[in-house]
Amino acid sequence: MGIKAVNLNYIYGQGTAFEQYALKDVNFEIQDGEFIGLIGHTGSGKSTLIQHLNGLLKATSGEIYVNGENIYSPGYNMKALRSKVGLVFQYPEHQLFEVDVFSDVCFGPKNQGLPKEEIERRAREALSLVGLDESYYSQSPFELSGGQKRRVAIAGVLAMEPQVLILDEPTAGLDPRGRDEILDQIDRLHRERGMTIILVSHSMEDVAKYADRLLVMNHGEKLFDGPPKEVFKHYKELEQVGLAAPQITYIVQDLRSRGIDIDDNITTIAEAKEAILALLSGKEKT
Amino acid sequence: MGIIKAANLIFDYIKRDEEDNVEEVNRAIDHLSLDIKKGDFVAILGHNGSGKSTFAKQLNGLLLPTEGTVWISDMNTQDDSLIWEIRKKTGMVFQNPDNQIIGNIVEEDVGFGPENIGVPTDEIWKRVDESLKAVGMTAYRKQSPNKLSGGQKQRVAIAGVMAMRPQCIVLDEPTAMLDPNGRREVIRTVRELNQKEGVTVVLITHYMEEVIHADRVIVMDEGKVVMDGTPREIFSRVEELKQYRLDVPQVTELAYELKQAGVPLPDGVLTREELIDALMNVFEKKRLEWRQDGN
Repeated sequence: MGIKAVNLNYIYGQGTAFEQYALKDVNFEIQDGEFIGLIGHTGSGKSTLIQHLNGLLKATSGEIYVNGENIYSPGYNMKALRSKVGLVFQYPEHQLFEVDVFSDVCFGPKNQGLPKEEIERRAREALSLVGLDESYYSQSPFELSGGQKRRVAIAGVLAMEPQVLILDEPTAGLDPRGRDEILDQIDRLHRERGMTIILVSHSMEDVAKYADRLLVMNHGEKLFDGPPKEVFKHYKELEQVGLAAPQITYIVQDLRSRGIDIDDNITTIAEAKEAILALLSGKEKT
Repeated sequence: MGIIKAANLIFDYIKRDEEDNVEEVNRAIDHLSLDIKKGDFVAILGHNGSGKSTFAKQLNGLLLPTEGTVWISDMNTQDDSLIWEIRKKTGMVFQNPDNQIIGNIVEEDVGFGPENIGVPTDEIWKRVDESLKAVGMTAYRKQSPNKLSGGQKQRVAIAGVMAMRPQCIVLDEPTAMLDPNGRREVIRTVRELNQKEGVTVVLITHYMEEVIHADRVIVMDEGKVVMDGTPREIFSRVEELKQYRLDVPQVTELAYELKQAGVPLPDGVLTREELIDALMNVFEKKRLEWRQDGN
């Protein structure tokens, strides 16, 4: 499902002394099935932007097209939009409330007015997608570990069967293994189901590893838009706006400055390992 | 004896039913003994649920031992009459800066702690000045905390703790919600407080990169200390860390992967500079070999 934003502006306190642009003239187009990493410093407009994409916030001016339809046109079905574009907030586990895991995941589809069998089918499927088997169904969500709670919360959104999944820092506060598990599962949804993913993250290493394309926000404006390898070449500009490149990018740059002819497109450990081993095995390039 | 000492510490979270009968006992800390030297920078690693935060809350009496003892500067945390003294000695900083800031302007927020314990006004201002200076936030003293970035808010929270003149600061995932710049700011500030002011630091984190400059790294699992050593010693044990659901910094991981593939690199490489120097050595040797082969 494609999403297009045209000249999007969002102004807080318009007409008052505190008027401030949270989004300023933002344009982009996301194709069906893309994995987008959305990065930017705190307060750069990332969260404001994603809340526009399922109609939780309405732009001060500008348009959003979902599947070619303008979501601000009169009579547009916002409720349907919200089940097509699933939004997982920061710390989604704070929104768990049911007595057991299974009921919690059923809550969304139940509100969509679906028949009972369909609700349960979706809940089962969503829970299996996040790697929680039947032994968890009757447990209280509050007695699970941090990473498990978060997976239940994500399953709650998946049960709505969205075509686009937006996640706002889904790994904040998780241990490294928990982080890898969640990101691997999101990646699987992307590859196996063709789901469009928008991942908001403060980890440059994570977006370098998973995203096809990065959108970089700075003070409400779009600063860069391109594949991670292209974007991270601007690491000096990224540092100026409170971001960074993955550590591997810096290692590659250091090696280059010491006269090693290593590809400056490298952003992940696996790529760096392969390139260094290749350089050490053949003498033509060193 | 160090500034923080735990002997055979046990802590159980006890769940009770409506009639107050014990329904379930969850052991969060299991026979933990630890001694932390004054002035040390100690990092605590461990997966979610390993007992790190429970341990942190023992360090200023927010939680009290089920069994065993915790001493802060020789004061037993279970002694009611000492609890306020103990809380002055160890300050806590938590994950979410928005939950820790209460003042309308920055300097008011920093002065809140000393005001509460009845410090005279002149002395409060003196402490506010010094604390804001120590975290590099003096320029923002008249601003509303709402207008600050995450990293700046967290530094204000640290200044608020410093204004209590603690000997020890315990930070429980202070950077989990921050962007890269905010993370750098906070870690730099904490290191400076440790080095310049001699404050003992206990830092709990999931970011392995933040740990490489610590004096000592402690790894917790199931409420016990399972690894304890310098960053280099700990990060040399890559496979063991992974068993505990942890990781190593990307630099260390790359060095480890290359070493596994036969590249002669040292164990426990921690910084970019070390890795680059070691790799350049390898490249130089290769060049020499190739030159000799060529002749």
